[in-house]
Amino acid sequence: MTVDRRSFLKLLSAGTAGVGGASLSMAARAAEIMPKSGRRVVVVGGGYGGTIAAKYVRMMDPSIEVVLIERNRQFVSCPFSNLVIAGERKISDLTLGYDKLAAHYGIKVVFDEVTAVDAEKKEVVTAGGSIGYDRLILSPGIDFRFDELEGYDPATTPGIMPHAWKAGEQTLVLKKKLEEMKDGGTVVLSVPLTPYRCPPGPYERTSMIAWYLKNNKPKSKIIVLDANPDITSKAGLFRKGWAKHYAGMIEYRGAKKVTVVNPAGMSVLVEGIEEVKGDVINVIPPQRAGAIAVKAGVVGPDKNWCPVNATTFESTQVKGIHVIGDACIAGAMPKSGYSANSEAKVCATNVVALMNGRELVDLSGINTCYSSITGKEAVSVAGVYKVDQGKIVAVPNSGGVSPDLSELEAIYADSWLRNIMTEMSS
Amino acid sequence: MKQIISSWSRVLVTLAVLAAGSVVQAAPATPEMLSNACAGCHGTNGVSAGFSMPSLAGQNRVAIAEAMKGFKSGERPSSVMGRLAKGYSDAEIEAMADFFSKQKAAPAAAQSLDLAMVAKGKTLHERHCKRCHLESGKEFDENAAVVAGQWLKYLQIQMADYADGKRKMSEKKADKMKPLSRDELEAIANYYASIK
Ligand SMILES: Cc1cc2nc3c(=O)[nH]c(=O)nc-3n(C[C@H](O)[C@H](O)[C@H](O)COP(=O)(O)OP(=O)(O)OC[C@H]3O[C@@H](n4cnc5c(N)ncnc54)[C@H](O)[C@@H]3O)c2cc1C
Ligand code: HEC
Repeated sequence: MTVDRRSFLKLLSAGTAGVGGASLSMAARAAEIMPKSGRRVVVVGGGYGGTIAAKYVRMMDPSIEVVLIERNRQFVSCPFSNLVIAGERKISDLTLGYDKLAAHYGIKVVFDEVTAVDAEKKEVVTAGGSIGYDRLILSPGIDFRFDELEGYDPATTPGIMPHAWKAGEQTLVLKKKLEEMKDGGTVVLSVPLTPYRCPPGPYERTSMIAWYLKNNKPKSKIIVLDANPDITSKAGLFRKGWAKHYAGMIEYRGAKKVTVVNPAGMSVLVEGIEEVKGDVINVIPPQRAGAIAVKAGVVGPDKNWCPVNATTFESTQVKGIHVIGDACIAGAMPKSGYSANSEAKVCATNVVALMNGRELVDLSGINTCYSSITGKEAVSVAGVYKVDQGKIVAVPNSGGVSPDLSELEAIYADSWLRNIMTEMSS
Repeated sequence: MKQIISSWSRVLVTLAVLAAGSVVQAAPATPEMLSNACAGCHGTNGVSAGFSMPSLAGQNRVAIAEAMKGFKSGERPSSVMGRLAKGYSDAEIEAMADFFSKQKAAPAAAQSLDLAMVAKGKTLHERHCKRCHLESGKEFDENAAVVAGQWLKYLQIQMADYADGKRKMSEKKADKMKPLSRDELEAIANYYASIK
């Protein structure tokens, strides 16, 4: 039985032909499935952070075996998923597989869910069995704090009030609901308190929904209920873009925290009192590090996010486990795909240094986040980061937002996506 | 004192501090550390997957450093590079320029080019550009950039910046480029993009 169920677990073993067989014989007792023969790094999560960490460890030291564990056979990028909702991109443009990455860099990819981490034994547990490591890198992204929204049923509410904050099926649910809405309808979008994945994301989402409505259902409107007092990123540019292109269509309300959802009546309650109804409701729930980070005990006192060392990204809670991407607290670096990419390289550099007894190297990081305002114009925020007194800080007098909306930025944004997704997948 | 600590004991010290979760002793960011952060836009080791982001791999070291310093001072126009370049010292810029210049260049993958323009561009290149952009633009004289095998869209954006007077030229370059029409610049861009 176990063996059958495990047929979906495929090892793309690059270079070592024996691995597949070994894993099958071990599977029956769901014990260790990939006995370690040398030094090994296990990476959990094949998204923006995990793919890059796996690749750069192999680039920097091919004598270290790398096992990348990911629950899905294909990854769908959140960046540009707002353009899918607006009909400006296809979901297939944002979808990647792992074959090329595995083959080019000799990464062993295991498609399975990691259900536990045993930091004492240095192994992760998957449905198919356990896998040992010398160092573990977690890049599990986010999960949601659904329990902070009264009336929210994690099983059914996302189908009625999509979050679309993990790309893929949810993106398409939201798109379909907009397509089904009548002209003159109301879209309600709720934004959680920071920190959440992708600070400008909700406002790019608002812009892209407005772009779709303007072109297809111009009598409709959007109400943004933001738990934060004001737009949390590129505020000036979003305001400017909304005034220029969507005057009268977007009603932005700051300091309006949604605490109750009512899927049956298609409404939400602000602070449990003020009811707001919508024809399409996009509730973006509050977030925390992916569940496996909680299980591994690497979330900090806030129980949501993972404090890490600013040079190695090693958890300050549990030795031997490094956390990168949205799940970690990376000082001034925001929770973005670019940050996850940059953090992964810093982490890989220093994991390799630690495993070889070499001197650590100070972090140098970058974040850039493009946001589309229309189908043709974009804005960006950029930053350069370093370590100061053990903290990740922005390099003074650098970075910032673009001066205006521009078509040139949209052209470069498109290439950014192409390059970063190519980095992740080949 | 510092110098006499052996590298092993330094690692041990590092580990001890690490465990405490505070400041660790680490070397300043290496050229690789600095440059890897650029690859999210410019591609792994500076080989861009297109279509408008320029490849940096195998670029003239001097051209990269000049570009970065121009972005940093604002002398060279940019959408995003100015904001990023301000985050680096001149020494860091030199380190990254050296890193990318040493990476193996890979000409842009298949891009759709206008073959008539490519042919016209070749003639114009021979007449106007080859003294600095040597070997069909694969090589360079002094501070000239490697332009062969670059992405067409990027070359077009740069040509437009020159034609619009946004991007300044040296006298030597202006002598050769000013007489050219936009159509001729487009032809040259197609020609360089075609070189493998
Ligand atoms: C609408 C939207 C727009 C965005 N736009 C941008 C943008 O333009 N630019 C930008 O830089 N960022 C953007 N972001 C943010 C970006 O998506 C995230 O910051 C980035 O994905 C974080 O990378 P990560 O590696 O931490 O997580 P992810 O990329 O989400 O990867 C996590 C992976 O881990 C896997 N996983 C998790 N737990 C387990 C487990 N237990 N076992 C096995 N596998 C597991 C998941 O399946 C997933 O594939 C956007 C986000 C949203 C929602
Ligand atoms: C957000 C994406 C992005 C990041 C990150 C980025 N670049 Fe760029 N780079 C660009 C764009 C776009 C251009 C074109 C100029 C512009 O509009 O900013 C460019 C142009 C350049 C050029 C000029 C190339 C030529 O031949 O004309 C150089 C050199 C360069 N970048 C170096 C770097 C270095 C070094 C880093 C890392 C410190 C870096 N870039 C990081 C997007 C990026």
